[in-house]
Amino acid sequence: MSVTTRRNRFAVAALAAVTAIGGLAACGKDDDAKESGGKPSKLVVDTFGEFGYDEIVKQYEKDTGIKVELRKTAQLNEYRPKVVRALATGKGAADVTALEEGILNEFKTNPANWADLAPLIADHSKEYLPWKWELGKAADGRLIGLPTDVGSLAVCYRKDLFAAAKLPTERDQVAALWPDWNAFIETGKKYRAATNKGLIDSVTTAASAVMVQQGGDLFYDKEDNVVADKSAAVKTAWDTAVAMSDAKISSKSATWSPEWSAGFKQGTFAATFCPSWMLGIVADNSGPENKGKWDVAPVPGGAGNWGGSWLAVPTQSKFPKEAAKLAEYLTNAKSQVEAFKLKGPLPTNLEALKNPDFTGYTNEYFSGAPTGKIFGESVEKIQPLHLGPKHQAIKENAFEPALRSYENGQSPKDKAWEQFQKDAKTQGAF
Amino acid sequence: MSLSATTAPPSPSAPPPTPPRRRSRAITLNRLDLKLSPYLYIAPFFVIFGIFGFYPMLRTAWMSLHDWNLIGDHTFIGFDNYTRLFGDEYFWNATINTFGIFFLSTIPQLLLALFLATMLNRTFLRARTLFRMAIFMPNVVSVAAVAIVFGMLFQRDFGLINWMLSLVGVDAVDWDAQKWSSWTAIASMVNWRWTGYNTLILLAGMQAIPKDLYEAAAIDGANQWKQFWKITLPMLTPTFVFVVTLSTIGGLQLFTEPLVFANGNIIGGDQREFQTLAMYMYELGIENLSTAGYGAAVAWAMFVMIALVSLVNFLLVRRSVK
Repeated sequence: MSVTTRRNRFAVAALAAVTAIGGLAACGKDDDAKESGGKPSKLVVDTFGEFGYDEIVKQYEKDTGIKVELRKTAQLNEYRPKVVRALATGKGAADVTALEEGILNEFKTNPANWADLAPLIADHSKEYLPWKWELGKAADGRLIGLPTDVGSLAVCYRKDLFAAAKLPTERDQVAALWPDWNAFIETGKKYRAATNKGLIDSVTTAASAVMVQQGGDLFYDKEDNVVADKSAAVKTAWDTAVAMSDAKISSKSATWSPEWSAGFKQGTFAATFCPSWMLGIVADNSGPENKGKWDVAPVPGGAGNWGGSWLAVPTQSKFPKEAAKLAEYLTNAKSQVEAFKLKGPLPTNLEALKNPDFTGYTNEYFSGAPTGKIFGESVEKIQPLHLGPKHQAIKENAFEPALRSYENGQSPKDKAWEQFQKDAKTQGAF
Repeated sequence: MSLSATTAPPSPSAPPPTPPRRRSRAITLNRLDLKLSPYLYIAPFFVIFGIFGFYPMLRTAWMSLHDWNLIGDHTFIGFDNYTRLFGDEYFWNATINTFGIFFLSTIPQLLLALFLATMLNRTFLRARTLFRMAIFMPNVVSVAAVAIVFGMLFQRDFGLINWMLSLVGVDAVDWDAQKWSSWTAIASMVNWRWTGYNTLILLAGMQAIPKDLYEAAAIDGANQWKQFWKITLPMLTPTFVFVVTLSTIGGLQLFTEPLVFANGNIIGGDQREFQTLAMYMYELGIENLSTAGYGAAVAWAMFVMIALVSLVNFLLVRRSVK
């Protein structure tokens, strides 16, 4: 039986069970979620990747007496269908739902699914990076998301492998190796010559970094038409990635693939592009035995925003007011600094960005790199990006596969570009 | 109570009105019991099928006639989604992939299962129960775990298969980059998981064949091979039809193995080398919110294909084994 019907089946099963058991089940459920006076006894928070909320919610529970259940999903592409399912069936959404920038716009196309937070909490519009705050609003003006983190860019590199290839290993000298992308490719060629291995994990991570640096329109214009064929940012990213592929500076390990995860431990590549949230993933994949071998350097070509999220409250939540309060609490300056220290998501709150706890933070795993300083300095230079409704789908199902099929020799350059154009249109249809 | 009692006319010396009414009520109940209870006994299946099988099918059919946004509007468009299928390159690509993997997995799998079942059916085999249990083990393992383990075996850089190939001087294969290699990898997962299952069903079928047939054949001088060909196979036909139909349904709905093999990317390889129909349906119906109606049309196209292939298999198997 098809997946669609299986999903429907489940919904119907749940419905049947509820009807069969009748009011009893309904009562039991209400008692679980509600205390006298309409105050919730528990709120559910849905996140993906690592948001670093474990410690913060403990304090919240102590302050308010409301329990918080954190539901974590490892990858965005597993997380998104869960949110979709909850919205489509009107059941099962968490009270506070994290929305990543790649999927935010898609969910913004139906703003009625989300509560307007503005009347529920104090006015914080001046306290965050202005563009980040604006992106949390839907077309009809309602505030559907509170800013959590931004991506900001850096390069994570392996000092031991750099030394083996007779490249400098100190942060500043490494930064001097690649003032721009051409210099970066030259470094990659030197690394290839010395070790016969790829410097970076894949050309697609590089392409993502280049694309977000360009700013302006990526796959969509401001009216949300797909402009993948005309966009300057996309073309630059494509050409840079093709040049990298021709120079053979990558190890062809697609992000999230087994080759990629194993590559961190095995050292099949010596560098990858690290938005702040990626630090935790690099550390987890490399394992404790590689602690101190990684370091963080600035990225060629300057700042850029890759990733970052908002917290939203679905209208189906029974306690929108308390949920909004919780989202407000999780995104305040203090919480953002704590989350950064725990798992690396970069603050968007202006006060948090100035907090000495943040600016002075050094990451022990990455050879004591001053990540607070490195990321903090770049964050204010970030240009706002406009990502259309199906940005993530175009990136993952059209742009990156086409690039990889060129790199793997499956299709020539123009054929790969055509494949990307065709898929961008079908993926971007809305 | 006998049935004749129900038709017996009231006796002329009419008793007071209540007792006969009571009696006739009892009779009616009894009649109802006889007529209805069989239906009640089989009702649970039909109720459950109606809720979990039939209703979703109708609902999917209804969706397929719409331009259906999963989290937004629905517009009725008639059969447009179905006509669109014919010109959809990716739909046909997924169809070819599905059938390719289906043939690579079903044919060797059934031959192997038939062989193993024959071996397990031999009376001289020691510890038969142990072997029969062992052969079923792969089927108990979760399909995601199987897919993850096989994904690691078929890894490009550090995979066991490539390492073994390198021992005999073959270059590392990028398993998920070509059709033939990705289909082989996925088919091997399916084979590993389902061969034992089919073996046991075929074995059960073989055990049901009367032993005296073999004894008579042996007395007439038929050797093992001839016995297999002339007795086992023909008598096994109903079981074989069942196994083939099950494999067809399972094989054409292949989803988890290729999805995990693609690291969760629904397009199944950079050029959709191993995107199956079920994956394409999921891509349209769930991943791509706005094309849920089109995804439903793919689901129905799959249903028709499975029905047709099952029918063809049924006819083929019935004829060839006769």
